[in-house]
Amino acid sequence: MNAPREQIGTETRLKETYIGQSFARPNARRLLEGQAVYVDDIRLPRLAHVVFVRSPYANALIKAIRIGEAQKAAGVVAIYTGAELMTTVKPMHATLVHFKGMKAALQPCLAVDRALWQGEPVVAVVAESVHQAIDAAQLIEVDYEPQIAVTDMETALEPSTPIIHPELGDNLCFSRQIDEGGFEEVSNNAAYIVERIFRFPRHTGVCLEGRSVIGDFSRADKRLTVYISHQAPNMIQDCYARLLGLKESQVRVVCKDIGGSYGIKTHVYGDELATCAIAMDLGRPVKFVADRTESFLSDIHSRDHRVCMKMAVSEDGQIEGIWIDDLLAIGPYSVYPRTSVVEGNQIVNIAGQWYRHKAYKAKMSNVFTNMAIYSNYRAVGHPVAVGATEGLMDAVARQLKMDPVAIRRKNLLNDDAFPYQSPSGMKFESMSHHRCLDRLVEIMHLNDLRREQETLRKRGVFRGLGIASMIEITNPSAQFYGVGGARISAQDGCTARMDPAGGITLLHGCGEQGQGTETIYAQIAAQVIGVALEDVKVITGDTDVTPYGGGTWASRGAGVGGEAAWQACKALRGNILELGSIIHSCERELLDIREGKLVNSFTGEVISDLSELGRIAYFRPDLLGSYQAELSVTKHFVPKAYPFTFTNGAIACHLEVDIDLGSIKLLKFWVVEDCGTVINPQLVDEQIRGAIVQGIGPTLFEQCIYGSDGQMLNPNLVDYLVPMAAEMPDMVIEHIQTPTRTTELGAKGAGEAGTAGAPAAIMNALNDALAPFSVELFDMPFTPQKILRALGKC
Amino acid sequence: MNKTTVRFTLNARPVEVAVEPRMHLIDCLREAFDVSSARVGCEHGVCGACTLRIDGKLVRGCLTLAVQVEGQVVETLERLNETGEISDLQQAFHDRNAVQCGFCTAGMLITSQSYLVHAQGYSRSQIREHIAANYCRCTGYEAIVDAIEFVAKRRGIQSLEENL
Repeated sequence: MNAPREQIGTETRLKETYIGQSFARPNARRLLEGQAVYVDDIRLPRLAHVVFVRSPYANALIKAIRIGEAQKAAGVVAIYTGAELMTTVKPMHATLVHFKGMKAALQPCLAVDRALWQGEPVVAVVAESVHQAIDAAQLIEVDYEPQIAVTDMETALEPSTPIIHPELGDNLCFSRQIDEGGFEEVSNNAAYIVERIFRFPRHTGVCLEGRSVIGDFSRADKRLTVYISHQAPNMIQDCYARLLGLKESQVRVVCKDIGGSYGIKTHVYGDELATCAIAMDLGRPVKFVADRTESFLSDIHSRDHRVCMKMAVSEDGQIEGIWIDDLLAIGPYSVYPRTSVVEGNQIVNIAGQWYRHKAYKAKMSNVFTNMAIYSNYRAVGHPVAVGATEGLMDAVARQLKMDPVAIRRKNLLNDDAFPYQSPSGMKFESMSHHRCLDRLVEIMHLNDLRREQETLRKRGVFRGLGIASMIEITNPSAQFYGVGGARISAQDGCTARMDPAGGITLLHGCGEQGQGTETIYAQIAAQVIGVALEDVKVITGDTDVTPYGGGTWASRGAGVGGEAAWQACKALRGNILELGSIIHSCERELLDIREGKLVNSFTGEVISDLSELGRIAYFRPDLLGSYQAELSVTKHFVPKAYPFTFTNGAIACHLEVDIDLGSIKLLKFWVVEDCGTVINPQLVDEQIRGAIVQGIGPTLFEQCIYGSDGQMLNPNLVDYLVPMAAEMPDMVIEHIQTPTRTTELGAKGAGEAGTAGAPAAIMNALNDALAPFSVELFDMPFTPQKILRALGKC
Repeated sequence: MNKTTVRFTLNARPVEVAVEPRMHLIDCLREAFDVSSARVGCEHGVCGACTLRIDGKLVRGCLTLAVQVEGQVVETLERLNETGEISDLQQAFHDRNAVQCGFCTAGMLITSQSYLVHAQGYSRSQIREHIAANYCRCTGYEAIVDAIEFVAKRRGIQSLEENL
């Protein structure tokens, strides 16, 4: 593998390095001036608006739909039922072959004959204004015959429970077991078996911008343009083309500014697909924007696990064996095209795998229910895998009267143990658990805080310190989806172009949802080519323009997308230098590009502006003889050496529990994370902070609460609590940098580890705070009521 | 539905519009006047994405009917851009990356400015308390608090923490 930082340029150029510097995001200025363009801001001629009548029942037969009155209402353009759309829109079937034995039913874009979750779209009403569509929707009468709803994961597989899809035989979507043998033996010989049951609540992503789409079909061009708030434009292009019966080339997907996504916007949703089918039928643009309550009822939900986990431990605290059994409740369908089983699959892949152990045994079961559809949300599976593992690790420490840091130091994979294949089969290239943990203990002044904790306890103040080690799957290869048959690109592409005036334009398949993706690509270009950051323009989010790519998910924007940008810019730099050597009749090695100028690489003397090279290449190529300049280069990248590249880290939480109120005050978080090469430290830190807060949410506040009839009881922001500024703590972030050798850039993902680690750190801090009462809690969210109940106070 | 004519000052210009009495101010501004900076996030007064100023006071555009602003002065971020009143705050947000997806940003800036204008002194906990009226799902809030604190110092507002 190459050593990138030494490879480009000379000593002089390294002084003005762009990678590793905290540049503000050039594209954030328009957001700060209110000039962002989200889907709802797009104005098109003849735009019609669609709203959906949704099922009020979790499970019901649809006996009749009466639309007569609604059709007569002011402004109504058209009304569509599921049965009508079924003639033009193919149903979605989300199974992947690498999930062996997985089964799922066909999902129509709107309910046909029966509705299987509260919030499933049933009828689409199109009108000249959204208000008219809402008025008309209220005139539609649907006769439902309610059926028994399946809502309890623990009884979903019992014979007495109705089967949601009789053709599937039972309510089991997918089950997987890992057993390489040996767990029973190490258990029998272990000094201790420590076992706990953990619960992780069902919650959702709460993007402030609801899901939004405009379908705009040109009958003249026979082309569908989809303006959509989404993270994976090419995936939408492929799926919509196939589901709507169009050629790939007939679908253009445009993703402008995205108002929050977090994985919620990586899926195909029936209502969004129906909007485009309707636009095709009407021959005029149609817009759908989900309101808040329908977001709660129709965005994907996530988590919702009951996890039993146990560890077989030696007398001196060595973990010998790990066993995990994960039961999770998905919705009535598997969500297209990523499925609804990746979360559980990730959990059995990674639970406990950052600790040395001899035997691993795992089982997970995904059961269908009549709750909202379910799929991947930020840090897929990780908060559960890390939460259960680290919660149990602290339980082991308490039982053995060991220090939580000491037991981790004893069991964490050594920093020099890599490459390493874990008992679950995960391949780790390199990690730095011990360095991260050591540094964490230092920066949080753990010993001082322990002393303070002791002192305060005597005064009736109960503070807790919780530590967790964590890993994060990033830079996924084709092993993630491609091998299963999903047409979701594992590779990404970047076109780097030098324009006539010497500016650099990048076109990239990975887009921007606020992470700073475009900024880091510009930094890569500035450093690799040798130009100023302000001379780099980045274009993303338009399938007509950008190279084919996977988009933004699984923390792949920096590691995979960044490497594509690196390779494209490296090739362009080579071409620019070659052009310079032809024009100036000198050896290419004599030339370098610095600050946008062609210079003598030894003396630094300026030879010409890049604009002069551009002028000749574009306007006077006759001066170049037979030489053809190539100032536009496209390169692609996909990880191949490892299925995934793992980011790792250690996180700590400091909190105070009011034992009379049961409330938790978060005091501080510390994180030491290793995401390899840090391209823009401030942007990485803010990804981690944002991710931590999305981990805090479901640990303390967030839960989609369902009644036994399948009604979500809190589908609004008054009753569904998300973190607000007043309760959030400050967070100290540091980095260890172990660049991955699978790329020249060396970056691993950074957007999800905070979400992975925060729940565990809070749980451990809470149980540490409550240790004097011999009380443990493992049932998230940790509400005041649960804490008071545990303390015997309510 | 019958429409009512309402006249008010929008971003320093007199405007007149016929609206249904039920129309929310936020929808009126976005649909009738293409004011796009104020955004629809929850439509029940919780998230703060539609925060704007009426007669100088912070108001939720989704909890106000358009007909209620007859004769009043309505200001959105578009106006604050013109006057430059928060250019230091916008710069601080930019430098500190106190913006990610941007959807909450206009509301967050207007709420932040109201804190800075009225604060007799500032503290991080007071800043956090004040901006709790606005949800941000991306940043985790710390960068926003940092940016507001930075501007408070720059504007010469006394730190309450130093006085303790």
